[in-house]
Amino acid sequence: MKHMTRKATRHVNQNEGLIFEKSSAGKAAWKLPPLDVPEVDTAKLLGSSERKDLGSMPEVSEIEIIRHFTRLSTWNFAIDLGMYPLGSCTMKYNPRVNEAVARVEGIANGHPYQPEKISQGALHIIKTLSEQLIEITGMDAITLQPAAGAHGEMTGLLMVRAYHQSKGNPRKKILIPDSAHGTNPATAAMVNYAVENLKSDSRGMVDLAALEEQMNEDVAALMLTNPNTLGVFEQDIHKIADILHAKGGLLYMDGANMNALVGKVRPGDFGVDVMHLNLHKTFSTPHGGGGPGSGPVAIKKVLEPFLPTPVVVTKPDGTLAFDYDRPQSVGRVRAFYGNFGMFVRALAYIQANGPDGLRQTTEDAVLNANYIRNGLEGTYDLPYATPTMHEVVFSDKLQAKKGVRTMDIAKRLIDYGFHPYTTAFPLIVPGALMIEPTESESKEEMDLFIEAMKSIAAEVEEDPQMALDAPHSTRVSRLDETAAARKPVLRWKPLI
Amino acid sequence: MRYLPKSPADREAMLKAIGLRSVDDLFAPIPAEYRLTRDLNIPRQMAESEIVDFFRQRSRENGDGYTSFLGAGAYFHYRPVIIDALISRGEFLTAYTPYQAEISQGTLQSIFEFQTMICELTGMEVANASMYDGSTAAAEGVMMAVRLTGRRSVVVARSLHPEYREVLATYATHQGMPLSVAGFTDDGRVNLNELEKSITPETACVLVQSPNFFGTIEDVAAIAEIAHKHGAMLVVSIAEAVSLGIVEPPRQADVIAMEAQSFGVPLGFGGPYCGVIATREKYVRQMPGRLVGQTTDKQGKRGFVLTLATREQHIRREKATSNICTNQALVALMVNIFMTVYGKVGLKELAKQNLAKTAYAASQFARHGKVLFTGTPRFNEFVVQTSEDPYAINGRLLGHKMVGGLPLKKFYPELGNAALWCCTELTTRSAIDTAVGLVAESERSVRSAKEETEEVAR
Repeated sequence: MKHMTRKATRHVNQNEGLIFEKSSAGKAAWKLPPLDVPEVDTAKLLGSSERKDLGSMPEVSEIEIIRHFTRLSTWNFAIDLGMYPLGSCTMKYNPRVNEAVARVEGIANGHPYQPEKISQGALHIIKTLSEQLIEITGMDAITLQPAAGAHGEMTGLLMVRAYHQSKGNPRKKILIPDSAHGTNPATAAMVNYAVENLKSDSRGMVDLAALEEQMNEDVAALMLTNPNTLGVFEQDIHKIADILHAKGGLLYMDGANMNALVGKVRPGDFGVDVMHLNLHKTFSTPHGGGGPGSGPVAIKKVLEPFLPTPVVVTKPDGTLAFDYDRPQSVGRVRAFYGNFGMFVRALAYIQANGPDGLRQTTEDAVLNANYIRNGLEGTYDLPYATPTMHEVVFSDKLQAKKGVRTMDIAKRLIDYGFHPYTTAFPLIVPGALMIEPTESESKEEMDLFIEAMKSIAAEVEEDPQMALDAPHSTRVSRLDETAAARKPVLRWKPLI
Repeated sequence: MRYLPKSPADREAMLKAIGLRSVDDLFAPIPAEYRLTRDLNIPRQMAESEIVDFFRQRSRENGDGYTSFLGAGAYFHYRPVIIDALISRGEFLTAYTPYQAEISQGTLQSIFEFQTMICELTGMEVANASMYDGSTAAAEGVMMAVRLTGRRSVVVARSLHPEYREVLATYATHQGMPLSVAGFTDDGRVNLNELEKSITPETACVLVQSPNFFGTIEDVAAIAEIAHKHGAMLVVSIAEAVSLGIVEPPRQADVIAMEAQSFGVPLGFGGPYCGVIATREKYVRQMPGRLVGQTTDKQGKRGFVLTLATREQHIRREKATSNICTNQALVALMVNIFMTVYGKVGLKELAKQNLAKTAYAASQFARHGKVLFTGTPRFNEFVVQTSEDPYAINGRLLGHKMVGGLPLKKFYPELGNAALWCCTELTTRSAIDTAVGLVAESERSVRSAKEETEEVAR
């Protein structure tokens, strides 16, 4: 264990079964008040629709539920426990005041259909956040309705399609760089566009000559992540926009990596026509084990008529209201108004930061990524020497010589008390290690991370098996994913 | 800035280590002409106390303290306090998608339990880890049926939540999925004759909601028979999950697309909520979204992993079953805890209270207005027709800090002065009596005004 750093190890010894295994008839964690209206005969009211039995639903007491989920929680890694440098996911601190304000009575319990007269608070929040996100992105208008990034992509491309349609031709395809997130091509397919791959050049950026060649009147838009998934800012961004615009195409920006830009540069100023944001990345709403997210879509004026309904407007008397009368709208992408609870949290985050805090946040995020790059360059192969913004991508080329791949290094990193980086993505880097520290890491934590990564590299040279068998410190060792997929067991079943 | 863990000296030291003079050097890759040289035009940094004040003020402007009879896809049920106590644990709150299974067993096992309970409650064989909400789950359920049948068109019940229909229309437009709508009869259920006539050899599926938008329970067996007879699948949307405690689930469905908000998720002005898709095992490879499966580790110990990922966008890209990535995991955890708290007996008792309150309210309203669709079983919503415009009635109720039923004119003009009322276990008898009294008052005044006019005319 000579290469272990000072990080504490995690809780490893508990064994908590499934909740069903604790259940027995007669235990209960609920109590209803006495009924203040007459009892009903359910058989008479429901007839054949009456349900007789709830199968194997559990019967447990409150303390058992508390212990069950508390114990489960200790098997998770989380930002609150330490650095979580999952590239392109922006695992930053989730401020607790966000949670507190989202639970204030009138905000937590507002009904989406309550009259506008008593919804002014919620409408005010939607409008304020919208205006501030427009200012941050340099765009002209926004919808907060999409429920996550991929949903925002879909909404954005629907507007792109509607825009082209309004000009007489919806066009046929979307250009997507080979470095893009998988949601981009999947989204294009949902909006019935063909996907055409765009090659990156030796700097890891869009190949302008290739773009020039591939761009024509069949192309509806280019979907570009900027900074891209290599953490590289597309320096020719305006030339890219010009090439698209010259042939009537639009520039879609995937805002997954907006944490590198806030307060320093605005996509609306460098030629972007439509973009989505991920409130759960850049704007600190919690990731919650995989959501909820929120994926607002900001657009330039030309796309405004196509925004999903409804849109919040100010009435002549100064009160706020929903406008449903938008004949050119792409329609609704979700019931009600989107993940409102996430709007509350994102707004609280922006308020806590102000303009100077947001700028400092971006600077720190980029500083952290560069500090890691500097610390690990030489120890790990850096396939692209292009300047790094908020994340840095190494490859496992040096370690692969010993048979150790990016996933093995990731698993070993767990033993050192860190969440792994993103593995094997972007696809243009074979064996990628994609590291995004965010601004939330102190110098001390990053020094420990660098130390851990160097230590693993040294281990690989001396004893590659150590990484190949990792993790060693967790409650379960590497799990058999092949067996899980071959014979899927997707639910618990009672023993007969 | 209080969220940033660095001193000026740290920043200096780090820049020095990298070999840079100033932080501006880090942003050199951005062409100078685009770099922002001013502050963003947003308010200054606020103290935590100021932020809390701001949102308390917004809360006061947002229906705080009103008693509501609104449902229509968003339901006010009691939320056991342990839900927030547990989901506030940083290990759940601040983790992400469980890509690294060894350090995500908490999230993975809880999703496995969630999938199991959703299967138990819906009568389906598999359930996914969550979708955005009920509306998008319904659209994705339909897209599943399109892939499975190789047919493209869809028949949708008019008694499906109108906003779900709108979302489906948005999703369907560019995927070449023609939609047709089947109306409802006087008993508040989908018109079976019309439904059957709408089905063609190109119909991939029929989409209905049960309990439907009016609270009426559909005859799912009859609908399934018609759909299946023509080789179409049946997708059933469930918007009020608590109904599953006492209403037989639509076991004849091929896909169930649910909204689980009723299970412990705050109303939150419409989101975040929790969609879920449940279906038969044989259709699992066409399911969208994350799935958690059981497996073993190297020592043979039980553990859980994300599985069947070859359906998903990060592997299949444009050929994926859906573009969904981030879903509603933390909300699904709320739902999971709620289902665990109420469990086998509690869910049934809870559903029964909803049924009793609604039966009482409907009987009281029937004395003064016309309750529609009375011949068929319903769960916790009902439609009341009045002589007076329901907006006017609601205006008066607001004066008593009450929010009346949802006026249906916007969605169903054919129902005239009708509103959709909802009662849950939290609706008190006295609130029902007060609301009924206020409706009765207006009905009496409308009636007497009418009689007066008639008298004058005579």
